[in-house]
Amino acid sequence: MKIKIPLLITLITGLIIIVSEFIPAQPFPKVSTNVETWVMVISGFAMLLGLLSLFKVNILKIKFKAPNWQYSIITLVSCLVMIILGFLWGTDKQVGLLGHGQSIQNVLGVKPFDYLFNNIYQHLAATMFALLAFFIASAAYRAFIGRTMESKLLLIAAIIVMLGRTSLGSWLTGFLPEASFFHLPNLAEFIMKYPNTAGQRAIMIGSGLGVIGSSLRILLGIERMWLGGK
Amino acid sequence: MSKIRKPLDRRIIFLLVFIGVALPTMIKVGLPIETTENVEMVYDLVENTPEGSPVLFSFDYDPSTKPEIHPQATAVIKHALLKKHKIICMALWPMGVKMCEQIFTTLEEEGITPVYGEDWVNVGYKSGGAISLKALGKDFKKVFTQDTNGTMIDDIPTLQGIRNLQDFQYVMSFSAGVPGIKEWVQVGHDMYKTPVSGGVTAVSAPSIMPYVNEQKQLTGLLGGMKAAAEYEKLIGIPGTATQGMDAQSFAHLIIIILILIGNINYFHNKKVKAQEEAAR
Repeated sequence: MKIKIPLLITLITGLIIIVSEFIPAQPFPKVSTNVETWVMVISGFAMLLGLLSLFKVNILKIKFKAPNWQYSIITLVSCLVMIILGFLWGTDKQVGLLGHGQSIQNVLGVKPFDYLFNNIYQHLAATMFALLAFFIASAAYRAFIGRTMESKLLLIAAIIVMLGRTSLGSWLTGFLPEASFFHLPNLAEFIMKYPNTAGQRAIMIGSGLGVIGSSLRILLGIERMWLGGK
Repeated sequence: MSKIRKPLDRRIIFLLVFIGVALPTMIKVGLPIETTENVEMVYDLVENTPEGSPVLFSFDYDPSTKPEIHPQATAVIKHALLKKHKIICMALWPMGVKMCEQIFTTLEEEGITPVYGEDWVNVGYKSGGAISLKALGKDFKKVFTQDTNGTMIDDIPTLQGIRNLQDFQYVMSFSAGVPGIKEWVQVGHDMYKTPVSGGVTAVSAPSIMPYVNEQKQLTGLLGGMKAAAEYEKLIGIPGTATQGMDAQSFAHLIIIILILIGNINYFHNKKVKAQEEAAR
């Protein structure tokens, strides 16, 4: 029963959604709209579930002194501080449980939540992404080698796109007319528009068919990994 | 003694990239910025939309991709405000709400002061991705009942007359992943026929490009900081993207030089190995 009921719910819900796409007559549109509302509500709860999961995983790490357990303390403290500050004084124009915290705003300039968001979280997140530039440069130096004909073609295309998608490309071939095919930005645009798009479409069609296949497997109960089983 | 060349130390590569990015931010080079077709399509969409039209901006990114996507969103919002469009901001990513607020705070600092509730409004974040968009297509006010300040939707002048997605002249999605621009194409354009456009990071632009096609699933696409700089050029208001283009150009140049060095070393070492084997 523990397996059969979820499978039955999945099958019925999935069929309703599929059928409602093809039959616009009532009751299908109404049922489909209701199911969509449920999804929005459930996805809201999924965030809460994620938060609980974060706490569970990190508390267990601290309890059993797992490798790097110290970082779990930082994670939990940071998370709690942001939640508490958001609840107490709100964010931006939203009011918190203790109002807008005008006295704190006079010191910090903004609400405590916004202060931490603007001055810590935002910069940490941007830094993590910016580090990619260093690792990409290092990886490109080591891995971008023209060993075979295919890799040579890829190498040439990459260099054209890298130059063409920056101001440097315009500058390097600035002596050519702007409409010239060999003007680097035009060449880069050509590569992006035709060979790239053709390849991407093939991938998209392939993955689309894959999604249909795996969706059918889930609806028919062949694929049961999402139930938490093997 | 073997003539095999050793690979460059990682630290030297990191130092070169750092110098390549840092120097042009301090010393202005002013490399030329040329506009491309995709960016011009986005510009034309905003430019040709009548004054007073309601338009939807979806902030589907967070601070990690802010350096690339934020300048795009800022430039397009400036243009939309110049054209007196009524901007409705929403977010499919929780942090997107703050991204929108930050843009309007920056605009205020620059002396551009649109009136909240009349020229623009922020209705906030909605979870559920594509399903939420489908619901927006049916009834906007059922999905968003109030704005981020807690004002009821019916009391906001900007949103008067808005029933569903089809009431918007265009949708702009600034997207760093899922849910994002792909979902907007699949629901906003394909199901409800609302023109969709927007911006993505340079690295994800190739995978979104197929949607810029004859059916206009996407009306143009802004890819990375370069596109933001192009848009700034088109509207004639230079911003952070124009400032950042020199740094990005030099970083790309350094990467290309490193790739060339790597290849020269590879072929040199291959030759040396072949000679050593022949000598044995």
